[in-house]
Amino acid sequence: MTPSATPSSPRPRFADAAREALADPASRGELRGSVAAVRARRAAAVAELPDWGELRAAGSAVRERTLLNLDALLEDLERAVIEAGGIVHWAADAAEARRIVRGLVGAGEVVRADAPVLREIGLTATPLPDRLPAARAGVCGIDFMVAETGTMVLLEETGAGRACLALPGPLVAVAGIEQVVPTWRDLEVFLHLLPRSAGGPGGAGRFSPAVSTWTGSAPGDGPGEFHLVLLDNGRTGTLADEVGRAALRCIGCAACVHVCPVYERVGGAPYGPVRAGPIGAILTPQLRGVGSAANASLPFASTLCGACAEVCPVGIDIPEILVHLRGRVVESRRHRPVPTPELAMMRTVAWTLSDRRRYETALRRGTRWARLLARGGRVRRLPGVLGLLGRWTDARDLPVPPPRPFRAWWADRPGGGAR
Amino acid sequence: MSPERPKRPDRVRPDRTADAALGPDAREEVLRRVRAALGPARGTPVEVPRGYRRRLAPDQAPGRADVVALFIERVAGHRVPVRHVVADELPTAIAAALWGREAKRIAVPADLPFGWLAELDGVRAVPDTAAGVGAAGFDALAVDGVVTGCAAAVAQTGTLVLDGGRGQGRRALALVPGHHVCVVHADQIVGTLAEAVARLDPARPLTWITGPTAPGGPGARALEVLVVDD
Repeated sequence: MTPSATPSSPRPRFADAAREALADPASRGELRGSVAAVRARRAAAVAELPDWGELRAAGSAVRERTLLNLDALLEDLERAVIEAGGIVHWAADAAEARRIVRGLVGAGEVVRADAPVLREIGLTATPLPDRLPAARAGVCGIDFMVAETGTMVLLEETGAGRACLALPGPLVAVAGIEQVVPTWRDLEVFLHLLPRSAGGPGGAGRFSPAVSTWTGSAPGDGPGEFHLVLLDNGRTGTLADEVGRAALRCIGCAACVHVCPVYERVGGAPYGPVRAGPIGAILTPQLRGVGSAANASLPFASTLCGACAEVCPVGIDIPEILVHLRGRVVESRRHRPVPTPELAMMRTVAWTLSDRRRYETALRRGTRWARLLARGGRVRRLPGVLGLLGRWTDARDLPVPPPRPFRAWWADRPGGGAR
Repeated sequence: MSPERPKRPDRVRPDRTADAALGPDAREEVLRRVRAALGPARGTPVEVPRGYRRRLAPDQAPGRADVVALFIERVAGHRVPVRHVVADELPTAIAAALWGREAKRIAVPADLPFGWLAELDGVRAVPDTAAGVGAAGFDALAVDGVVTGCAAAVAQTGTLVLDGGRGQGRRALALVPGHHVCVVHADQIVGTLAEAVARLDPARPLTWITGPTAPGGPGARALEVLVVDD
């Protein structure tokens, strides 16, 4: 078990990484096909249930209730898991989680059933072979943890996690603290919402082919020894943001990913290692902060078309959170000693607009320059030396302003000009 | 659902020394952060609207026979062979399923009803009594299939649920490579996932099987379902 190598150069910004992905037409075509297949399966599975709207409303409410009562539910969960013979560990960050997992699985051969949370903390290991391995210990993710009973719930297409359950040695499951649900009965909602939204190929799209639940340890059956690692790694920071908090409702179905027009074109890589697609664009900057240019660029990786919010089975208003996070990114850059070009420009604009004479001078000069730069009645792409203005006009044309601005005409009209 | 529950070991307080090296208790720290993050919103009750259906729509399955018919249809939809038999025919049907797949040696739960294997000419059944034999141990036994019962079945999704109770054995049995012949009594079939959740005991190890898993993965096997009318 080794942490994946930390990249020596910082991850590129979304737009830069996306440009690379866009340059490969073969993989773009492949991606478009697979995304469309998932989308079609999801649509069919959802259309089959006349009460989908009611299930969604219930799912949203259960997840909201979970987040607002998270401390009490985590304590209930811990009690129930321990009572059933399991062992609970807490990890404040990824490094701590990795340390705990490595300490538990020891030196023997370890298999890992892949899961987003394991990628998030950078745990890699031998992927599971097709035959049951001679491995001693297993590491897996979890889909839901039931606070009331201490039950772990895992839904899979492949059964890799299920194979980990039957190993003789310890099973270590890693889960984000938000993945708890209050009661066993709540599963009657999520067992519909998750697999149908995921649009997987198995179970005729109605249910995951391999679903496993276990409560604590079950000697003789498996897991013989069960460890649960509860991971924070930025989740409590996300919980503190009243708007951004809703991102933690996510149950990991990836329905938003497969309807996203941006994802469909650029694929998962530009979103970084946490999560791809719209949910990644709102989770990664919250879990990891907007300090790095790569994470700060994610809330802007969207057209705000709203398709993601429409399909989300737990009612996360992703566009609202994207806009909210854009505000946070701008805010976080406001107090830097060297302002961003955008901020510098906005400050200049504010200075110009706050004084009538400055404004009128700028208007006259602006009009003159615009008319000089125009070709064929439009101001088209401006040269790159103009910086932001050049980039902005990359994709936008402007009409040429009239030779005389309205204010000049008003001042010169008969009886006017009270200056 | 069988009445006996799996035995739990006496609770042993886990050795905390490994965690002690992690410095200040991460548990207290994470819980403190959660409480601080929620602030005044903490503990706000949220009403959960439960207007969804817990049973099949009346037009979908008005009676018992329709629930069974829907189950058979959905299982067949997963391209899993499924046969509807009466109790007397069950031993023959099990034997036929195994012969059809040329199984020579199968693993069975130690408490599989004896009569189920009565017609099993030419197929050796190995009872899974070996406590301590891990899932990998079945490879060593060189079996090419298993026969089990189940705890419940779901018509809506064509799902079988095993809970380690009578006639089902350990979870590892459901992972044995090869064939899995699963016997479902008609009265074990419920309409919906919600009914299954209500009927099943979360304290037991539950294995839900819905058609074949993705090819290439572990436990990818040929499933065959026999529905028994009692």
